[in-house]
Amino acid sequence: MENHKPSKDLFVPVDREAEEQHEIGRPSLSFWKDSMLRLRKNKAAMIGLVLLIIIAFMAIFGPYMNEYTANEQDLSQAKVPAKVEGLGWLGLDGTLSQIEEGETVEAAREDALARFSNDEENTEINVLNDGSDGSQARVEAIHDPYAAKDINNNFWFGTDGLGRDQWTRVWEGTRISLYIALLAAAIDMVIGVAYGGISAYYGGRVDNYMQRFIEIITGIPNLVVVVLMILIMDPGILSITIALVITGWIPMARIVRGQVLKLKNQEFVLASQTLGSSDGRVIRKHLVPNVTGLIIINTMFTIPSAIFFEAFLSFIGLGLPTPTASLGTLIDEGFKSLQIYPFILFWPALVLSALMIAFNVLADGLRDAFDPKMRE
Amino acid sequence: MENLLEVNNLHVSFDTYGGEVKAVRGVDFSVKKGETLAIVGESGSGKSVTTKALMGLIPQPPGRIKEGEILFEGKDLAKMKDKELANIRGKDIAMIFQDPMTSLNPTMKVGNQIMEGLIKHQKKSKSEAKERALELLKLVGIPNPEERIKQYPHQFSGGMRQRVVIAIALACNPKLLLADEPTTALDVTIQAQILEVMKDIQKEMDSGIVFITHDLGVVANVADRVAVMYAGKIVEIGKVDDIFYNPKHPYTWGLLGSMPSLESTEDELYAIPGSPPDLLNPPKGDAFAPRSDHAMKIDFEQEPPMFKVTEDHYAATWLLHEHAPHTEPPKSVQARMKGMASGSSEGDRK
Amino acid sequence: MVRYISERLVYMLITLLLIATMTFFLMKLLPGTPLSAADKLSEEQQAIVLEKYGLNDPLPVQYFNYIAGLFQGDLGLSFQFDNREVTTILLERMGPSMTLGAQSLILGTIIGMLLGLIAAIYHNGVVDYGSTLIAVIGKSIPSFVFAGILQFYLGVQWGLFPVALWEGWEYTVLPTIALAIFPIAIAARYMRTEMLEVLGSDFITTARAKGVNRFGVVFKHGLRNAMIPLVTIIGPLAVSLMTGTLVIENIFSVPGIGEQFVKSINTNDYPIIMGTTLFFSFLFILIILIIDLLYGLIDPRIRLTEGD
Repeated sequence: MENHKPSKDLFVPVDREAEEQHEIGRPSLSFWKDSMLRLRKNKAAMIGLVLLIIIAFMAIFGPYMNEYTANEQDLSQAKVPAKVEGLGWLGLDGTLSQIEEGETVEAAREDALARFSNDEENTEINVLNDGSDGSQARVEAIHDPYAAKDINNNFWFGTDGLGRDQWTRVWEGTRISLYIALLAAAIDMVIGVAYGGISAYYGGRVDNYMQRFIEIITGIPNLVVVVLMILIMDPGILSITIALVITGWIPMARIVRGQVLKLKNQEFVLASQTLGSSDGRVIRKHLVPNVTGLIIINTMFTIPSAIFFEAFLSFIGLGLPTPTASLGTLIDEGFKSLQIYPFILFWPALVLSALMIAFNVLADGLRDAFDPKMRE
Repeated sequence: MENLLEVNNLHVSFDTYGGEVKAVRGVDFSVKKGETLAIVGESGSGKSVTTKALMGLIPQPPGRIKEGEILFEGKDLAKMKDKELANIRGKDIAMIFQDPMTSLNPTMKVGNQIMEGLIKHQKKSKSEAKERALELLKLVGIPNPEERIKQYPHQFSGGMRQRVVIAIALACNPKLLLADEPTTALDVTIQAQILEVMKDIQKEMDSGIVFITHDLGVVANVADRVAVMYAGKIVEIGKVDDIFYNPKHPYTWGLLGSMPSLESTEDELYAIPGSPPDLLNPPKGDAFAPRSDHAMKIDFEQEPPMFKVTEDHYAATWLLHEHAPHTEPPKSVQARMKGMASGSSEGDRK
Repeated sequence: MVRYISERLVYMLITLLLIATMTFFLMKLLPGTPLSAADKLSEEQQAIVLEKYGLNDPLPVQYFNYIAGLFQGDLGLSFQFDNREVTTILLERMGPSMTLGAQSLILGTIIGMLLGLIAAIYHNGVVDYGSTLIAVIGKSIPSFVFAGILQFYLGVQWGLFPVALWEGWEYTVLPTIALAIFPIAIAARYMRTEMLEVLGSDFITTARAKGVNRFGVVFKHGLRNAMIPLVTIIGPLAVSLMTGTLVIENIFSVPGIGEQFVKSINTNDYPIIMGTTLFFSFLFILIILIIDLLYGLIDPRIRLTEGD
């Protein structure tokens, strides 16, 4: 419109065929590429993934990073907090502190010292408020258990009640928790996909019976099933995994069945069958790609719930037998001395929480990435 | 007569994951009292977005009115705050939506949905509003209104639901009615009934109507003037006769050629080749050129301005330029045009 | 509707019977009798004890007696607390568990819904991200870790609330919060998703086109439609709270069913384990049934199709 006097020679017809190549289509991405692209744009999911890689790395190599072993006890080194050279500013200086209030500075000081069995030699006292303005006197006592116990090396996560190195135990525990969860999730996936797939693909009476069976099983709370199974089998990695699998496969079976049923009746599958595709081809080319996303998402949600259940079972006394460490047993031990030595609970709880958050965030991200509704 | 609604240079864009989609790219039109303007075009041509923008119903974000004025009785709706607009919506301007199955609140009784606007805009008491709601249900042809008013939408058939949607729109006697494909989702017989209802009501209330459709048969039935939209722009606008008997834009030819008619002697319908352009990157020049049989070099370089054909007939195609070679509509369209001219009595409209 | 309910009740009964049968035979597989607790009994005394528990009868008779007892609300006798009936123990301990469960469920869903609602209204705003963060954390971190944090800070460090036992409402505060975090997270996420979906639906545009303002759109048109699917998550939430009470009651030494259950697991008190299992199953099935019926009640579409 800028030029109202366009030159005359522009008014010549053009052949449409010749111009057709000018049509610009949006570059068509395959479903997987597109999903991965979207996943990569999801910051939270990427943080989750990085966190997961770090935790997995530590679970594999962490226990070998210092000279301690998981079960080596030394009561003379028990219950010291974390100490890392150079990370003192993060609070990892291996000291404990206690703030006490009292009528006078002296009274508060005594209270604070009592917390550390009156070990004056290794305790530094700071007066925060001498009470001269009429308020309560406040005194902070900083105790150095490493000096008190004459420990010369550092425990990065501190030690537990039996003087075992928490760093080694936490990472070994993470390894076992992850192992149980991955194993359970993998078995869930295999059983669930097979059950759901068979049920939906064959349909009819087979489907009917298989679904009744699921209905009855889901009528039983999985908590009950898991507890009963563990009671019968002796606690151990295998029995916990089996207990988790017994109810764990059901959601997967339902999801796969639902999706396959939906796809089976969809026009592109019908069209493919009409065109003479074999069953194998239909399954390979149409069903598998369309169900895979859902299977991945569901597995990603199964893993954290398996981690949770393992920790939960350990907590109620149905977990792994001592001295095997898992995140659950470590947390259970931590609770026993929570009020005086909270740091024993802190590290396994932190790793468990980080692991759960990482899995959940990544699973959420995957779900959003695979959800065709979000495609624009 | 003065314009009830005047839209000038309206631009609407959506910011999406892939970039800015320019859904409406500079649209001008006007509607007078008692007049029906039909906007036709393929899906994705920007018809619905245009009407939604008129009422400020574009979801923001991702959508936004980038530029332009929407003058309703002289006031610019594009610059109004949502609060002010809420006082105009439903009262002066009302809208009838496309899909009767999803346009009603499934958990609210039909009566309450009709009464809601009345209570808000006309400060009616509940019983007065109910009275009026019964009246409206009768008006749109719903039997047993006393009973129906207490029911939920899922107890209504599609056609009946659409009547409810119309009743909601008409509740406060709006001056302007925006109808977004109000009959597309309905059976042909019900479609005709609904159109009759709308025409009757327009006569009674002297309201202006903007009627969006892709069905040219419906256009011939209801419209006074027609605007043809393509790729977010109006490419041709004129009286209904101008568009049907003297179309100038190749896209309009294509649309007419693709319309089946009883008079048609041809075996095959004309199909416009290709598909509409991607509004993420609108093409340079005439957006329709790649699909046009009559494209010229200039179509790929410059955007055509609106050429005046007659006092109220305009078309945006370089074919109307003095330098352009004389081009006739394709044979099939010509035949159809003739057929219409001889066969229909729709021409003697006001 | 009546037919539907009675059909469901029959199914419920069958499932419970199956669970009872399963638990009974599984328990029989287990080593241990009431005697394992008391070793120093003479042969005669042992015989008396076995007789009292009916363990001398053949298995089918024991099974029949057990099932018959169930119908009279008799869950058998505890191994540990000598003469006490399991039913009595459960009833005694139901109070604290129910209080905790109900408080955290109600508190959790209400707070969660509000959070989700605000997040949906201010979609993509600071509140939205904040509530998403809370939801992720609340969903991921197990309640017993929260319990530890609460116990240590609110209880030990700041001394705001008692950290254990059950002697008044202030004793319920920490366990309730620890249990409520999961429902808050789930309800918030669900509410946000549902509300966003509802707010994007056609009938909301219709309402806006009528001139209904923002407030009316959200509360009159959006809320009810968003809340209907929310009802379905209350069942699973209640079930997850049952799991939660097991650990939380232990951590806070609440004398509830969960605490008893864990104790019984550690002392092999099978009658109590069986009784609690059945009780949990009963509760589970009952909750699912109630939720189903409730769903039908709130959603006019379901209510009326049932009536037709």
